[in-house]
Amino acid sequence: MKKTIASFLLLSLVSVLLNPVAAQDACTDNLGCVIVAEDEPIVIGAMLVQSGAVTYLGDDSLGGVELAIMDRDGELLGREIELVLEDSLCSAEGGQAAAQRLSADPTMIGAIGTNCSSAAQGAMPIISDAGMVMIAPSNTSPSLTNEDVASGGSHLPGYFRTSHNGLVEGMRNAEFAIHILGSSKLATVHDGDPYTEGLARVVADTFADLGGQVVFEGAVNKGDTDMASILTEIAVYQPDIAYVPLFEPEVNFFAAQMQHIAGLEDTVIIGGGASFVAGFPENTGEAAIGIFVSGPLVTGDAYEQLLVRWEEEFGSSPPSGYHAHAYDATNLLLNAVETVAVVSDDGSLLIGRQAIRDAIAATENYPGLTGSLTCQEESPFAGDCAPGTALAMFEITEAEVYDDNWPPPVFWSFSENASE
Amino acid sequence: MLQMFKWKTGEFSWVDFTIDVLRILIVLAIVVGSWNTLSEGRISFAQWVNLFIAGLSQGSIYALIALGYTLVYGILLMINFAHGEVFMAGAFSTVFLAEALNRTGFLNQSPVLAILLMILFAGLVSMTVAILLERIAYRPLRGSPRLVPLITAIGASFFLQYTFRGLYGSGFKAYPQVKILQGVFQVGSINIPKVQIFVFISALVLMFALYWLVERSRIGKAMRAVSENKEVARLMGIDIDWVILFTFGVGGFLAGSAGVINGMFRPQGVNFFMGFIPGIKAFTAAVLGGIGNIPGAMLGGLFLGVIEAIGPNLVLAGLGIPGANQLKDVIAFTMLVLVLIFRPQGILGERLSEKKA
Repeated sequence: MKKTIASFLLLSLVSVLLNPVAAQDACTDNLGCVIVAEDEPIVIGAMLVQSGAVTYLGDDSLGGVELAIMDRDGELLGREIELVLEDSLCSAEGGQAAAQRLSADPTMIGAIGTNCSSAAQGAMPIISDAGMVMIAPSNTSPSLTNEDVASGGSHLPGYFRTSHNGLVEGMRNAEFAIHILGSSKLATVHDGDPYTEGLARVVADTFADLGGQVVFEGAVNKGDTDMASILTEIAVYQPDIAYVPLFEPEVNFFAAQMQHIAGLEDTVIIGGGASFVAGFPENTGEAAIGIFVSGPLVTGDAYEQLLVRWEEEFGSSPPSGYHAHAYDATNLLLNAVETVAVVSDDGSLLIGRQAIRDAIAATENYPGLTGSLTCQEESPFAGDCAPGTALAMFEITEAEVYDDNWPPPVFWSFSENASE
Repeated sequence: MLQMFKWKTGEFSWVDFTIDVLRILIVLAIVVGSWNTLSEGRISFAQWVNLFIAGLSQGSIYALIALGYTLVYGILLMINFAHGEVFMAGAFSTVFLAEALNRTGFLNQSPVLAILLMILFAGLVSMTVAILLERIAYRPLRGSPRLVPLITAIGASFFLQYTFRGLYGSGFKAYPQVKILQGVFQVGSINIPKVQIFVFISALVLMFALYWLVERSRIGKAMRAVSENKEVARLMGIDIDWVILFTFGVGGFLAGSAGVINGMFRPQGVNFFMGFIPGIKAFTAAVLGGIGNIPGAMLGGLFLGVIEAIGPNLVLAGLGIPGANQLKDVIAFTMLVLVLIFRPQGILGERLSEKKA
């Protein structure tokens, strides 16, 4: 009897041990497969900001991811979808740590994130080496989709994004400054972050190409509160436009202190997507009135329904403008899983890692909330899936400063005025 | 003069020689950079004056926070790295009171009373946090090696940051603008923002009040006695624990007041992380002035504020260094190094005896 029990246990153990091996043997994907046993969930990750000054960006994206999963009743191919959330902070180190933790899990298929371009630079090599994919909802640094290392590119296979490329945003912003505002002198200020620096660079280059004069290019530090010094330097050149794609609170300090600097009375501030935050006008106060902010513009019935559901689920409105991009990113990943997953004889799912990358890269005219998404393969847009037209220039008015109105009225829509 | 260049007076030392070369290079860089900038004349006299006054205002805030560092160091020889968070506690808590006063219209109807109320509230919040810190985190460690309370202070700093994040959230808040402080005083071609004058005068009043408290009052005498020699002070009948608690409380009150004054000066960016950088700067100011020395902390704060405001445009831009304003902190910390090289005890500090150091 004892022998029978021992033999049974041994057989059970061998069968358990051999099961994934057998399933792995059936995998022909050159990057390997994720094997999801019959009663196991499908695991995806999220690398979003969960602490620090820009936590609102992470909360905004997380809501989009959760709503996309809820829209599938939390299931895919008959399995539960499990979301593993890691804090990617807003730095390369944070992105690196989040990617390390996610890639240590062999059942992890891919991740939504990161929010900040700096975090993506830390996460991308690890995600790429692990054969995984990451789809970013709010990275916009041009370097992330540029494969040319010599020109500062850092793109690696497995990286995609549903947010717009800063190249597009920067060019449109410069066109806006020259053609719509009729300006001729530009000053730019960044904070050393790849996002702000990349955007300031593109705007300056395009502005110069369009015949404008770039009179000042400078930088502040994250955490600076005193802007008097740099503003005094800028005032020497009396620019028409100060292009300031900084995050809160530096952008608030810059705008508020500019009022006190002689020589900048007629200078108009243009901010980037980082200042497209509901708190920006209220926190800046009167000085915010008249500032232009470029940011995501998502419209349509499906998006309106998403906002209603957001209100129902979370009891508030989204804290930033990239939740729809996170929603689309989640659907791209889950659709890819749906497309490539193969059910093996023992009922487990085989999900090829290269196949997932190929399926996302093959996305063409996907009807997302943010527009028609087509993922590109050619550098400098390798991995860019955003339509590039879901952007607009908004003008902050008294209603945003004093009456909690958000978002501000659209002043100039990039999709209606796209030059290419 | 020769004593400054020690290697000339006695036996040759490479360390002394290197320090002397460093001294000469730094002074040369400052002189050349400043000369280039001033001879170019890009920035007008009025702009330099504006930068100087803005620097004085910023420095006043640093000075008020630095006093907390210096008071605690003077009495316990301990660096309370959580003091930046004590500043944050008052500033962050009072922003809600300020919003309420603004909503009711009281802030602009009776601005003086409203600001005094906010300063009192912030001071009390910060004082409570500082007292709790001393009672719960530091007192049980009194007598342990110096590294122990230092590391505890760093831990307490993180604890306070994330406690306040949990209490008030991670988003940014801003102090409402007080109408009476808006606008400028015009002196010739120079526009001086009213709020900067308010900041400077308020900080001066608080600093002199502290100076009076320490130098003229009975409790101040007890503080000085405990600072000199705890055992002898105890034998004289002074309640050491009470004096130390009081010192933390006074430092906390000043930090909280600085939070409100800072809120009038730089209304934006109020969140749980806002004490970190001012805390480091104030600590730098305290060391610059001579840690443990009250007038030194005041002077160090003002000096640091002015150097930060003027340094990048005066020295770095003149040396042709790109992104000069991003190197503002380099100027501040180079000044610290420079002062420590020329005068290790700080501007007004005194050399400590072996036993006390």
